[in-house]
Amino acid sequence: MGIRFILMVNKQGQTRLAQYYEYLNLEERRALEGEIVRKCLARNEQQCSFVEHRTYKIVYRRYASLFFLVGVDNGENELAILEFIHLLVETMDRHFGNVCELDIMFHLEKAHFMLEEMVMNGCIVETSKANILAPIQLMDKAS
Amino acid sequence: MGSQGGFGNSKEFLDLVKSIGEARSKAEEDRIVLHEIETLKRRIVEPDIPKRKMKEFIIRLVYVEMLGHDASFGYIHAVKMTHDDSLLLKRTGYLAVTLFLNEDHDLIILIVNTIQKDLKSDNYLVVCAALNAVCKLINEETIPAVLPQVVELLGHSKEAVRKKAIMALHRFYQRSPSSVTHLVSNFRKKLCDNDPGVMGATLCPLFDLIAVDANSYKDLVISFVSILKQVAERRLPKTYDYHQMPAPFIQIRLLKILALLGSGDRQASENMYTVVGDIFRKCDSTSNIGNAVLYECICCVSSIYPNPKLLEAAADVISRFLKSDSHNLKYMGIDALSRLIKISPEIAEQHQLAVIDCLEDPDDTLKRKTFELLYRMTKSSNVEVIVDRMIDYMISINDNHYKTEIASRCVELAEQFAPSNHWFIQTMNKVFEHAGDLVNIKVADNLMRLIAEGFGEDDDTADCQLRSSAVESYLRIIGEPKLPSAFLQVICWVLGEYGTAGGKYSASYITGKLCDVAEAHSSNDTVKAYAVTALMKVYAFEIAAGRKVDMLPECQSLIEELSASHSTDLQQRAYELQAVVTLDAHAVEIIMPSDASCEDIEVDKNLSFLDSYVERSLEQGAQPYIPENERSGMINISNFRSQDQHDTSTHTLRFEAYELPKTSAPPRISPVSLAPSTELVPVPEPSYPVEMHHVASVPSVSDTGSTELRLRLDGVQKKWGRPTYSSPASSSSDSTSHKAVNGVTQSDVSSTSTSRTRDSSYDSRSAQAEISSEKKKLAASLFGGPSKTEKRPSSTSHKVARSTSPAVEKSQGPKAVASSTTGVVSEKAAPLQQPPDLLDLGEPTVTSSASSVDPFKQLEGLLDPTQATSAANHGAVDNTKAADIMSMYSEFPPSGQSSVIANPFTTNAGDANLIPGLSTTNKTGHAKGPNPRDALEKDALVRQMGVTPMSQNPNLFKDLLG
Repeated sequence: MGIRFILMVNKQGQTRLAQYYEYLNLEERRALEGEIVRKCLARNEQQCSFVEHRTYKIVYRRYASLFFLVGVDNGENELAILEFIHLLVETMDRHFGNVCELDIMFHLEKAHFMLEEMVMNGCIVETSKANILAPIQLMDKAS
Repeated sequence: MGSQGGFGNSKEFLDLVKSIGEARSKAEEDRIVLHEIETLKRRIVEPDIPKRKMKEFIIRLVYVEMLGHDASFGYIHAVKMTHDDSLLLKRTGYLAVTLFLNEDHDLIILIVNTIQKDLKSDNYLVVCAALNAVCKLINEETIPAVLPQVVELLGHSKEAVRKKAIMALHRFYQRSPSSVTHLVSNFRKKLCDNDPGVMGATLCPLFDLIAVDANSYKDLVISFVSILKQVAERRLPKTYDYHQMPAPFIQIRLLKILALLGSGDRQASENMYTVVGDIFRKCDSTSNIGNAVLYECICCVSSIYPNPKLLEAAADVISRFLKSDSHNLKYMGIDALSRLIKISPEIAEQHQLAVIDCLEDPDDTLKRKTFELLYRMTKSSNVEVIVDRMIDYMISINDNHYKTEIASRCVELAEQFAPSNHWFIQTMNKVFEHAGDLVNIKVADNLMRLIAEGFGEDDDTADCQLRSSAVESYLRIIGEPKLPSAFLQVICWVLGEYGTAGGKYSASYITGKLCDVAEAHSSNDTVKAYAVTALMKVYAFEIAAGRKVDMLPECQSLIEELSASHSTDLQQRAYELQAVVTLDAHAVEIIMPSDASCEDIEVDKNLSFLDSYVERSLEQGAQPYIPENERSGMINISNFRSQDQHDTSTHTLRFEAYELPKTSAPPRISPVSLAPSTELVPVPEPSYPVEMHHVASVPSVSDTGSTELRLRLDGVQKKWGRPTYSSPASSSSDSTSHKAVNGVTQSDVSSTSTSRTRDSSYDSRSAQAEISSEKKKLAASLFGGPSKTEKRPSSTSHKVARSTSPAVEKSQGPKAVASSTTGVVSEKAAPLQQPPDLLDLGEPTVTSSASSVDPFKQLEGLLDPTQATSAANHGAVDNTKAADIMSMYSEFPPSGQSSVIANPFTTNAGDANLIPGLSTTNKTGHAKGPNPRDALEKDALVRQMGVTPMSQNPNLFKDLLG
């Protein structure tokens, strides 16, 4: 299936965005997020950006106070996922301008809309920033 | 955009976000959220809420769930919002619903109707929103409700709609492949869509389809190759470029597909060679994304039919990855190496020291990846080193999931490649001790079998040594607390079978230990059962040897306790023990022969010992046995009736009620209906177990004389195939009935000469050199280099007597000469350790003198850079100093937005000193980034809200991308 979840978590371990591509109930999410955030926060800059956790492989990247964590299957190209995270950040940056944790918090739905354009069924389906942002800009204009 | 001036949201919402952002602990956050839940519960049901306000409520619900609390009270409002006419509200509604509900939720039924309506909308954005929801919410049962509309949308004029429609079909395929089997051709068609986005999306379902059945899609190889070629030649729109790579994510997916299609197919593979070779050449190896594509190329090359040139290119990339300072690249390199090693095993040789560095790296991720590589390259010459390492690591970790995995790998490797049985047992002991409850129980059976069978040859002394060493090691271990149950079973069994065999330990000593085990694990019936049976064996052997048995008092009390146990199995065993102890030596020897666990138990399948009895019965007019297949369907009835009526013509249905069985019935039932175990015939017999023993073991004439059933012998073996309970050997224990089968491990263990060697001390060398020589040794033992000095410093106490086959010994002479002429001085002192296995001779590189020089030259080359760079710090955060970024920007005056993103990056990428990893791309700047006033304003706002007080940088984005 590829991508199984995308999380944004700040360095206090607080979730800022969570999108799952397979159903987990509230308890499972809570436990999973706690475990992997603890794991990733404990790692230093030199170490790999990849962590194994149960059947997941977590690819993570830190931007200032915010961690982007993507849980993937075993067959996924970790380095490509790492760059996918960066593409997501670049896209958000193009939209918000100097994106920061607050932009995501205040515009949670927009961050989700972007993800909806980029990833469907756990697959990366769109990587053109123009295509990703087009519907969001149209909606902004309409409202 | 909305990010300026109050963020376009209400004060209330801003306050909530602010307080969540400010929360300093989980408890504080929970308090805020719980308060929010109360507020929302009250507010959301108020009448006439303005739509914008409602949208905010929904987002607040999303927050509640995201932070781990239940917001189900508000789900219905999210569902309602999907009905809204406003696109933004509708899409927010759909978003909330997809975040809240799984596809089997009751509320879904309320949404399907809305989705159907929206799929028909004129506004393509509405259609897209609905298709997003389709992908998340439609389950197997509701697929038919939307399927026709989705298929129709495949021909929509907007590419965004076509793309999402394809993904909806993909989702249906994932949920229920049969629902879309007739629509698979659509995926092929959409591959040729003139929009690259649609084409790129179509690759996802095609990948899934090809993974299941590659043969049906071989005709597409040419298409995929030509698409990949066009992508690589930059024929796609510039917007798909990422860091100057043309559509890298599409390239990666295409390479994945080609890997599937070319696997084991020479013809298909040959079509791919050119394009893959082109990508190898063109890829920008200084950027992360370029390396991601290169890695995918290696995966492809190692999957398709091998091509020497491509393999060479792949090997080059791998060595660059492994030499990199970036852990990410090393990780990818190790992974790629383990893929390529299947095709060209010799490639590992040149990277041995890099691999060992990775193995010894404190980074767990890298270490595990390296273990995976080692696992794949294990052979009999390096199994000891690798498994030792794995076990050491296994002991050191707490993660049960991975512990299980690595334990089962250890077992697998040990079973497959064990150089000696002794080593195998020691290894298994360690695995059991530390992960006993995590490994498959079969492993315990294998271990017991190996100890019982020994070397499988007529070498009794070796077998005895093996057993006594097993017994000794178990007696040492047995006192330890918290031994896993499976391991205790093995220990009990071995002690029972061989504990007193050598005469080294007295029966009372062994029995005392066994009683201790049973007492210490009083809640574990299986262990107790093993212990009791072991006790019985020890006593039986004592009696058979003519010694007087004095049962220990604690043993006596244990037996008494067990004979009143709730477990019938334990009771049975306890009574058996008591019975055996009272028998005379001769009887005991027959019941419990010493060291007979490998003897085949003769099962008389024809039950010939019953012949006379059957004949007698037949003479007395009993019915012959009717095989089951001849009496199917009427068993119960006819059994009942034939007992009472002796009626042979019962092959018709009877409609009157059955008579009650008479009280005299039980003794008259013949063995035919008794002895077969319950699985075949439901016997209407109230006193089944007792009767069964009775009849089966002592077919007494007095009982059977009265029976009028007759036996037919030809069917008997089908029914009585299993040994009956009282057959002498099987009562000793379940596990004693192993058949003597040659274990896997015995093939490479022959016999005689032991050429174990120890390396001479290296005290003359400096500490630095010592480390490297240890590494060398490890490398040599792993990769089969020239200096086969096997003993690693951390190797455990047992020195395995390695046996080499005569053929290897013969070649020892010339090789020794060869290695001494290579001039590797340090290694000369160490006597040569021969590869113990004939199998190794098949690999010329292992022993060739040319290759024997290489690793150490490489060592010199490798050591420096690794040390120099170990201190190098290339994290994202280090580069966040505002001044750096500013100066960087000044060199690149902002122009067009899209081109500027690339500009600073190029210069970075061109810089050879920069690590082509994370940091490079982190430095990617943005044209609109550097406006400090903009940033200061934002920061002021942020501070006003007090959300991120920990940040000292006015430009938050600089943090993000800096």
